[in-house]
Amino acid sequence: MPVEIDIDEKSVTAYISGEIDHHNAAKLRNDIDEAVESAYPEFLFLDFGGVTFMDSSGIGLVMGRYKLMKNISGRVFIQNAPASIKKVMRMAGIEKLLSSENRKEESFA
Amino acid sequence: MKPINEMKLIFESRSCNESFARSAVAAFVSVLDPNVEEISDIKTAVSEAVTNCIVHGYKNDIGKVYIHVKIFEGALVSINIRDRGCGILDLKKAMEPLFTTCETGERAGLGFSIMESFMDKMKVRSNPGKGTSVTLEKSIVSKGK
Repeated sequence: MPVEIDIDEKSVTAYISGEIDHHNAAKLRNDIDEAVESAYPEFLFLDFGGVTFMDSSGIGLVMGRYKLMKNISGRVFIQNAPASIKKVMRMAGIEKLLSSENRKEESFA
Repeated sequence: MKPINEMKLIFESRSCNESFARSAVAAFVSVLDPNVEEISDIKTAVSEAVTNCIVHGYKNDIGKVYIHVKIFEGALVSINIRDRGCGILDLKKAMEPLFTTCETGERAGLGFSIMESFMDKMKVRSNPGKGTSVTLEKSIVSKGK
């Protein structure tokens, strides 16, 4: 379960790819938290562009990062989520974390 | 009603088998020419049920997970996923959205909600101390469209 992490002045962006399930969520979580805890960013962008499958483990992952960022007064945004992954997010009621860019895309769809 | 095709899978409750289980079910169902959304719904629901067997049914033990998929006339798919684990004491509570007994693992408590909403039907039976059985049904209507 690879994740590439970009860190700049204000933000951490995690480009997640592959499948997010219970088996590989833990590793993903550790990698992202390590970056957040060293950079203390204002924003955490979770990029789902390369994600091919996600079950509720992905919701747990997002909720956990939401709490982590809240603790350091930062915010979480989700970007580039494919339709099937948005469906799971919508069901969990976390689509409000989708970044404005995505919301724009959605309103044109 | 007699199925026109069926398959059974037995595997150990190791988390590395979650991906195998949902992919195997999806591959078996693919003869019905489902579209991307239907396949994704089935994979997600199966993944939730199998993860429940591993995380809740067997907890830290390794047991066997049993999957039985049947295809009926009219492209109806029935998927039974069961374990011989600890069972569920309060089924009503377990099925409430966001309820989880797992405090440490960042589980969202949405497994049953997702199975219920992504499939047409869900039936859960559980015997404390004996195990849990989940049956999921979905009609494949898209014919690839």
